[in-house]
Amino acid sequence: MAVVKLQRPKLNAGEKIYFGAILKGFFITMSHAVRSLLGKTTGAKDLASSGLGVTMQFPEQRWDNQLPEYYRGAPTLVIDEQGRERCVSCQLCEFICPPKAIRITPSEIPTDDKWAKVEKRPIEFDIDMIRCIYCGMCEEVCPEQAIFLRKDYLVTGHTRAEMVHDKKKLYEIGGIRTGLVNKWNELK
Amino acid sequence: MPDILQILILIVKIVALTFCVVLPLVPISVYFERRFCAVIQDRVGPNRTGIPLTLLGFKKDFHFFGLIQPVADGVKLFLKEDFTPSYVRKAFYWMAPALTVAPALITVCVIPFGSPISIFGSEQKLVIADLDIGPLFVFAISSLTVYGITLAGWSSNSKFSLIGGVRSTAQMISYEICLGLSIIPVLLYYGDLNLSKIVQNQADNGWLLLPLWKGGHLGLPDLQTALFLIPAFIAFLIFTISIFAETNRMPFDLPECETELVGGYHTEYSSMKFALFFMGEYAAMVIGSALIVTLFLGGWSVGFGMDKWINDLHIGSFQFGGLIHLMAFLVKLIVFILFFILVRWTVPRFRYDQLMKLGWVIFFEAALVNVFLAALIIAAPQLTAAIIGGGAVLLIAVTAAVIWVAMVSEAKPKIRRA
Ligand code: SF4
Ligand code: SF4
Repeated sequence: MAVVKLQRPKLNAGEKIYFGAILKGFFITMSHAVRSLLGKTTGAKDLASSGLGVTMQFPEQRWDNQLPEYYRGAPTLVIDEQGRERCVSCQLCEFICPPKAIRITPSEIPTDDKWAKVEKRPIEFDIDMIRCIYCGMCEEVCPEQAIFLRKDYLVTGHTRAEMVHDKKKLYEIGGIRTGLVNKWNELK
Repeated sequence: MPDILQILILIVKIVALTFCVVLPLVPISVYFERRFCAVIQDRVGPNRTGIPLTLLGFKKDFHFFGLIQPVADGVKLFLKEDFTPSYVRKAFYWMAPALTVAPALITVCVIPFGSPISIFGSEQKLVIADLDIGPLFVFAISSLTVYGITLAGWSSNSKFSLIGGVRSTAQMISYEICLGLSIIPVLLYYGDLNLSKIVQNQADNGWLLLPLWKGGHLGLPDLQTALFLIPAFIAFLIFTISIFAETNRMPFDLPECETELVGGYHTEYSSMKFALFFMGEYAAMVIGSALIVTLFLGGWSVGFGMDKWINDLHIGSFQFGGLIHLMAFLVKLIVFILFFILVRWTVPRFRYDQLMKLGWVIFFEAALVNVFLAALIIAAPQLTAAIIGGGAVLLIAVTAAVIWVAMVSEAKPKIRRA
């Protein structure tokens, strides 16, 4: 490669004194400040912010309708249209979970159950939301489409124990999910 | 016993002016700094911290735009661990923070905060010590801060601190000269070094940079005063910029330049000791603005010939005009502090050689030439036209020579190739 020699730009006298540039700087900063104070910050509309700065004033203004489709919130368990708990407690998510946030206690499904042929289900399923990093690996690895990252992002609690989502809580947030592959149905 | 009464009044003044006026200005300017820089950068800044009235059973918390934030900051700094590294020189390490705050607070005593208040016929000036050497006293004391910073840098026994301390010394010494030289025109004009008298003069005859009234009557300035605006403005410019350098504020904050020196001279400090440095910096900024306002922008005077009328306001024998003037002074002060902040978030940091060149090659000469220009304008009525003309020519010649020297000193040596 040929060596390219860059010349520093020659400044004229006005630029050397640079008072003009500083004054221009004042105008730019002040215009931003004034527009912010008037609630018309640049980009406030696009970001659906409060207008005082591009910041969203959180508890009063919510993200909820701004979230993109691919948003990764709290991981949850789901049931399908037939009311079946989809997790077969294969524990793949437990093993893939990078921060080891998931704890599963597997158990068998009693033989008189309608879905006895599925054989296993979790008796306990805890996700420690203090550990979870919302990576979505569990959702990706699950062979049963049983675990999904929902759009809930307000995961709070007063104690560490409160921050562990147990099975009941997980199904509560997850709810019913339709349009999944139902591979345990009777073949027609 | 009038002596004891005098001392009591003095103590009241010290407590009221230093601890109830200037010190609260420090957290307020920190708050303004955070909010103002936030809106400049399209952010919000601290707007939530308030008094949690809901804890006491009220319906709503009290926010008031996050004005309680400085209190929270202070409490936080108090509760942090006060860590002294084992390798520092303990005595100096402990002394340094106090040495930076104390001078800044001592200089408060010559700043006139308002016109005299009189109660029961006894007049009290709103200044702690009405010294006849006001500005000199401020310069003498405020340059002591450099000891604090240098000692902090040296005693921390860390390279970043040391470089910060050394930079600060060099910077302060360079700018002290411009600072002193730049106000000589002002002192020549007033013929007085007493800040109270300077302000009284400005209240009567127009601010130095706004001479639109004389003896209480509005009107355009005469030729001499109008001409004096030129050196006055140059002096204002140099003085303001030197104050920026003196207080280690942004375009010149090389002693604590985060990008190069971690935290500069206070890298090794934590908790309240760090807070003292922080306070010292902001207190210096408050005092610097107070000095600029006092010398150039009329101090406590409201202006436009209204000061006499305000002075005469009274309830019974209590003339409270001084308090209104105190308010006017504080408003001017806060506006100027906002200007300081605006500059900080607008102008990028100077390189060290640029800083030194600005001080020694440009401002030093400009201030010197300015002194002679001011002297010529002030002395003009007593001189014959020939002498004035000769002086002007001489001044132009000297200015041209100075500019030429500055240009030559800037010329780069030719690059030699082997
Ligand atoms: S989202 Fe990631 S961290 Fe959270 S439970 Fe799933 S695998 Fe674990
Ligand atoms: S959620 Fe999915 S991956 Fe995890 S145990 Fe249940 S079936 Fe297996």
